[in-house]
Amino acid sequence: MSEFAVEMHNVTKVFGDVVAVDHVTMGIRQNEFFAMLGPSGCGKTTSLRLIAGFERPTTGEIFIDGKPVGNTPPFQRDVNTVFQSYALFPHMTVEQNVGFGLEMKGTPHAELKRRVMQALELVRLPHLATRYPHQMSGGQQQRVALARALVNRPKVLLLDEPLGALDAKLRKEMQLELKTLQREIGITFVFVTHDQEEALSMSDRIAVFSRGKVLQIGTPLEIYERPNCRFVADFIGETNFIEGTVSEVRNGFAVLQSNGRTFVGRAGENVQPGIPAVLSVRPEKVQLVEQPATSVNSYDVRVMSVAYVGSDTRVVVRLGEQDIDVWEQNSVSTLDPNYFFAPGETAWLTFPPENALILTD
Amino acid sequence: MATESTVVYLGEHTETWPPRELQRPSLGTFALVAVTLFTFAFLYVPIVVLVFFSFNSARSGAVWEQFSLRWYERVLSNPRILEAAMNSLIVALLATLGSVVIGTLMALAMERYRFRSQPLWDGLLYLPVIVPEIVMGISLLLFFAAVRLERGIVTLVISHIAFCMPFVYLTMRARLADFDRSLEEAAQDLGANEWVTFRRITLPLLMPGIISSALLAFTLSLDDFVISFFVTGVGSQTLPVYIWGQIRRGVTPEVNAISTLMLALSIILVLISQLLQRRQRV
Ligand SMILES: Nc1ncnc2c1ncn2[C@@H]1O[C@H](COP(=O)(O)OP(=O)(O)OP(=O)(O)O)[C@@H](O)[C@H]1O
Ligand SMILES: [Mg+2]
Repeated sequence: MSEFAVEMHNVTKVFGDVVAVDHVTMGIRQNEFFAMLGPSGCGKTTSLRLIAGFERPTTGEIFIDGKPVGNTPPFQRDVNTVFQSYALFPHMTVEQNVGFGLEMKGTPHAELKRRVMQALELVRLPHLATRYPHQMSGGQQQRVALARALVNRPKVLLLDEPLGALDAKLRKEMQLELKTLQREIGITFVFVTHDQEEALSMSDRIAVFSRGKVLQIGTPLEIYERPNCRFVADFIGETNFIEGTVSEVRNGFAVLQSNGRTFVGRAGENVQPGIPAVLSVRPEKVQLVEQPATSVNSYDVRVMSVAYVGSDTRVVVRLGEQDIDVWEQNSVSTLDPNYFFAPGETAWLTFPPENALILTD
Repeated sequence: MATESTVVYLGEHTETWPPRELQRPSLGTFALVAVTLFTFAFLYVPIVVLVFFSFNSARSGAVWEQFSLRWYERVLSNPRILEAAMNSLIVALLATLGSVVIGTLMALAMERYRFRSQPLWDGLLYLPVIVPEIVMGISLLLFFAAVRLERGIVTLVISHIAFCMPFVYLTMRARLADFDRSLEEAAQDLGANEWVTFRRITLPLLMPGIISSALLAFTLSLDDFVISFFVTGVGSQTLPVYIWGQIRRGVTPEVNAISTLMLALSIILVLISQLLQRRQRV
């Protein structure tokens, strides 16, 4: 067994004059929950369709379980897909839908029946076996689509925004269920989403796409804490950017000059003295104090607005001409309004260099 | 605010119901109503008269005697009429089969494979719908003469396929435009090859469209006169051509009866086709 369930080697897919997938190289490990994350039109669906076999790469090679797939048609690939629209067969019952894949493999009737029921139990729908798709809710249809794919025990399950059509509450529930299911049955999941929170909370690793390219592959922690470029830092979570020029790089840290101020942060990829770059620091990683303890990364600012949202207080401060978001955790229980900063007050904005990243585009 | 103004707006509307024009009918309104009534009369009175007199026991068409099924008995025991009816049925069945198979496959091909000059070919397939029947009849006649094909059932079937096919094609193109191709992809994803996918997914889902276009083709073929008139041969007359031959010797109540039967059959077929179309939309 190969280390990787799916590999894409330098895969490019061109439609007319659109480069949908641009020299993508990645390895998806066995039994991994792997997310493809990116804004609309960045090539996530196309990548999935390339793996499933609905599209052929313009250049490059795809491997499933270590073997090149070449021109193998979809019906001979050991992967199954959960479509965004579910694509349940409207003229077949739930049972017939779920049994379709096994029927194609010529599974004996008794075993087919047993495995269909098993799969339906897995998604907790055995009581709806004889219904037709149009007689079910969106969440139920989604689970049937899942059962229909899982019953074949594929090496890899491809899921194209499977929760996209569900409302927020159901979505949360299904996220948990999917994750639990994946752990129980131990199949590689390749999960497409444009919801970063979903990707962060569910995945073992995430590939961040932009305009057909994979910008970064890493664990949720790596992607959030160490984005490798401005796009990833911006796309995942909230962050403050301060633009400037790099003046010094030493011991993994870099110094950025911006409007006469000096900032220090971790040096990202390709950061060299003399080049333009941005400092990225997340709102929860900066602090507002009355008196700074150090002069490094400490700046006097004016408080512009204060919003109390329960778990934290969201403050906007002005640094020079720029607004900076500061999220202070409300770790003290108090009813004293003077405990918080008020608009118009001055304060010091401060953060340790380890909390900031200096990135190129 | 918005709700308030909506309420006022709706209120204004309800006040004017029934429309002011109907409360105080003007000359213009009378004219419109008259034209409408006249149009309906024009469309349906002749047909109603025909059906009415088919049940008349009198030989002359102009006066009502009493209710009778006499002419229907005559029709059903006339071997020449039965032969013409048989010809019509055979031609309609074969033409339906041919035009549905060809039209559906053409629609599938044109929907699935896109190429640059496609709008042209698409247009050419629509064209027979507007080509005057007489032009089509004459050109088919000339064509069969050129290839030395003797006129008979074969030429009738070929011609009927030719004029029914575009209607099937149009119906199926409309159906295919709504067809969710991810269903076919899902089948392939689950291990079905192209043929199995077609048989198990595509065909069953297109079936209501196929049936309704088949009924349409069958009706068109059964009712056709102009084209059939040109390509029919001795002994292969279809019912409409036979009726036309009879009428030259004067309208008999027998013709009324045949026409009523054909009318009933056509209405039934169209109704079934409409029902099927409505059911699929739900
Ligand atoms: N069959 C096709 N023909 C032409 N262009 C296509 C085709 N499929 C995708 N594209 C283009 O390729 C690009 C990537 O599309 P893709 O569907 O992979 O995006 P996506 O990341 O899945 O977006 P979304 O989040 O909106 O689903 C888009 O610009 C799209 O317009
Ligand atoms: Mg997509």
